Amino acid sequence: MMSRNRVIPGFGLSLGYATLYTSLIVFIPLAALAAEGISLGGERFWAVVSHPQAVASYTLSFGAALTAALINLVFGLLVAWVLVRYSFPGKRIADALVDLPFALPTAVAGIALTALYGRNGWFGGPLEALGLKIAYAPAGIVVALTFIGLPFVVRTVQPVLAGLERELEEAAASLGADRWQTFRRVLLPALVPALLTGFALAFARAVGEYGSVVFISGNMPYRTEITPLLIYSKLEQYDYAGASALGVMMLLFSFLLLLAINALQYWSLRRQGGG
Amino acid sequence: MSIQVRDLNKSFGQFKALDNVSLQFNSGELVALLGPSGCGKTTLLRIIAGLEFADSGAVLFSGRDATATHVRERSVGFVFQHYALFRHMSVYDNVAFGLTVRPRRNRPDKQEIAERVHKLLELVQLDWLADRYPDQLSGGQRQRIALARALAVEPRVLLLDEPFGALDARVRKDLRSWLRRLHDELHVTSIFVTHDQEEAMEVADRIVVINRGRIEQVGTPREIYNAPATPFVYGFIGDANRLSGRAAGGWAELAGLRVPAPDFAQSEPRAVTGYIRPHDIELSGGGEGDGLAARVESVAQVGASLRVSVRSPEQAQSLQVELPHSGGQWPFEVGDAVRARPRAARVFADAPV
Amino acid sequence: MSDSGVANAVAPAFTAAAVSRRAVGEGAWLRWALTGLALLFLAVFLVVPLVLVFREAFSKGWDVYLAALTEPDAWHAIKLTLIAAAIAVPLNVIFGIAAAWGISKFRFRGKQVLITLIDLPFAVSPVIAGLIYVLVFGSRGWLGPWLEAHDLSIIYAVPGIVLATIFVTFPFVARELIPLMQEQGVSHEEAALTLGASGWQTFRRVTLPSIKWGLLYGVILCNARAMGEFGAVSVVSGHIRGKTNTLPLHVEILYNEYQFAAAFAVASLLALLAVVTLVAKSALEFKHQRDRERSARAATRQEEL
Repeated sequence: MMSRNRVIPGFGLSLGYATLYTSLIVFIPLAALAAEGISLGGERFWAVVSHPQAVASYTLSFGAALTAALINLVFGLLVAWVLVRYSFPGKRIADALVDLPFALPTAVAGIALTALYGRNGWFGGPLEALGLKIAYAPAGIVVALTFIGLPFVVRTVQPVLAGLERELEEAAASLGADRWQTFRRVLLPALVPALLTGFALAFARAVGEYGSVVFISGNMPYRTEITPLLIYSKLEQYDYAGASALGVMMLLFSFLLLLAINALQYWSLRRQGGG
Repeated sequence: MSIQVRDLNKSFGQFKALDNVSLQFNSGELVALLGPSGCGKTTLLRIIAGLEFADSGAVLFSGRDATATHVRERSVGFVFQHYALFRHMSVYDNVAFGLTVRPRRNRPDKQEIAERVHKLLELVQLDWLADRYPDQLSGGQRQRIALARALAVEPRVLLLDEPFGALDARVRKDLRSWLRRLHDELHVTSIFVTHDQEEAMEVADRIVVINRGRIEQVGTPREIYNAPATPFVYGFIGDANRLSGRAAGGWAELAGLRVPAPDFAQSEPRAVTGYIRPHDIELSGGGEGDGLAARVESVAQVGASLRVSVRSPEQAQSLQVELPHSGGQWPFEVGDAVRARPRAARVFADAPV
Repeated sequence: MSDSGVANAVAPAFTAAAVSRRAVGEGAWLRWALTGLALLFLAVFLVVPLVLVFREAFSKGWDVYLAALTEPDAWHAIKLTLIAAAIAVPLNVIFGIAAAWGISKFRFRGKQVLITLIDLPFAVSPVIAGLIYVLVFGSRGWLGPWLEAHDLSIIYAVPGIVLATIFVTFPFVARELIPLMQEQGVSHEEAALTLGASGWQTFRRVTLPSIKWGLLYGVILCNARAMGEFGAVSVVSGHIRGKTNTLPLHVEILYNEYQFAAAFAVASLLALLAVVTLVAKSALEFKHQRDRERSARAATRQEEL
């Protein structure tokens, strides 16, 4: 709906500036990445992205991110539920604290978790005595990714849960459903779009995470080397093309996730709209 | 100031909001744009204000072309449906806003602004709320403040979009008569949009009935009610029995009722639809006399009138009748045999299929 | 998709949390069990690491702590961190306001594409954020030879750090303002225009005051991320001590040199920043919620008069 006559001023100025700035900061540099990746040519590109070390890093990155997002899915719902439905002392503080992973620099989280789960750490010591190695093992990566993805599910589910009318549950109860049936058949379906959105956000964030993981993972190729770290080490060897090829793969994946998240949000909006 | 709109057309994608609309608003009158939601009335108001631009056609203020004039220079006072009061400003600052944004050379000084704002707040009887914020006001108060704010710039025309739409029924009634009195005092050319026929009837000098982007009828409330020009107006304004039938030779036969139809003097019969107001039907007791024989289906007392529903054994549709009534005794009870006679009716030809 | 956008939607959640005794609900034991489990999860994953940072920071006493913060390299890192934030945050504020104005006040084709592009930095790995600038400005990048010929350096220098910071904090303000301004619609701006206000007057006196809390919220989150960014900045910085080290990079260097107490001392500064951010954020949400409740009560009182 392009109309010459716009009553509210600033159309050209605001969008012109926004587009220019977006192009300079985001679009052109990302295009440079794509161009560099493509410049390798199909065969060499494939050789880089299908190298066993790369494949091992994908498996680790995706596997750990998926595990962490699943942990956050379950506990995020629990935390959101408790924060919305129950009252207890310190609730405001608990609620504010949920955002800590957004606010705490990842490097700080990384060294703190490493110290905590290392051999001499508060948690690491006892766990190691039980035969569980967390730091410098894939489990450590899951711990770090759980930390950084923690707020997503809570913060997407919380408003939806708060917005559900109590009448829904009362109606279910009046129809003879017990509490568990009400939760599973009435509440949970209403929360599914928000849960999935939060899950996808946590997953997307975890796949690309770098700062908190490098400290705790130990960075052993094939064992505990995540894809962002592999890109980093290729860069340090001035292998720009190789780094770019892996970067393109990650970017493609981010794009797909972003699309999925937008579709999810569209879906949940339509559902909330009573469509 | 008089306003004229000529051949306005406006589409939103496939949807035609205004279809060749031409209208004249006389200086000093209060006109209602009345129609169902989505009929284009708000679009018309916004085009007059300069908040929207027509695809084609012209808007004239006092005979001068204002089509391309920016809303800033049109000096229209616009009262928004949800008032659009600036939440972070006090009532005083809201009303003063239009004066304080003027270029320095024709901006009144502080003293003068204060005087004018207080005068306006007195006019809307809310001087005591000057220091409040919009969120602290009731709906009716917000409405009056929005009006005061619009009047502060001394507009040549006052435009109101569903001015009473967001208020509850009691407040709405009060504000209606208050707006009418205010208009009689100020005599600014005013146009308001409404979907509520009662509101339009009570407040406006003239009513423009709009449907699907087209003008159905323009007239005084009396004309609109007593002589609806189209089937749509008949259905939209007031209640009416809608009866299909056939007409020929100056008479129409509508579901057993015979009514004069002077528009159909030709001999060959054609399909028509007739409209009869409930209070234009007479009922007499007993089985004798002329008129349609029917039985009373239900009776209900609403205020000072009786609403009677009657049905003839041969007809599928029942007739709604409204009778003036006072006292405790009802002239008819359910099951009584009655005769129904229309006093007035209007017959329209059905659109050829 | 955003940290901030998600958080924004939460504000009204609290008012609805009526915890009255109802016929429909869980039994007391289940309530306490669920609450306990949730709090345990939060304690293990959030509280303990946070406490640990401060404990480790002071493990060798005050003197070591102060020394770690006052040595010249630490000072330089603090300054560079502040500089990067001081450039990145205002630029992203201007961008955020412009983008939100254009997107929320007008209808145009390609709006969804623009919104997706704005979101993109949230979905991109920080390492890639750094990488793309290396590809453009690095010595072997698109503009590398030209920059070298003119004796300019961006990568392994302060401008690169600023650029990477801008990228990772790019969406914060815009993401906060777009839904807010879309919800507010255009009628206030239209009202101002009918009253004769110019475009600038409309923006400054009507729009800006109505978005100031949302803006502040976005700035707080943007700033926290700008000062704390690690991955992207690490790629473009070159880790030159006393020259291109920000606070998070300084933490890494100290940690890798096994100067744990010093590393945690510097980390405690950043943790403090995070705590301040959370407090400011909660205060804003609290204020917003209280304002709403208060005005709703006042309006109800007026209604009753």
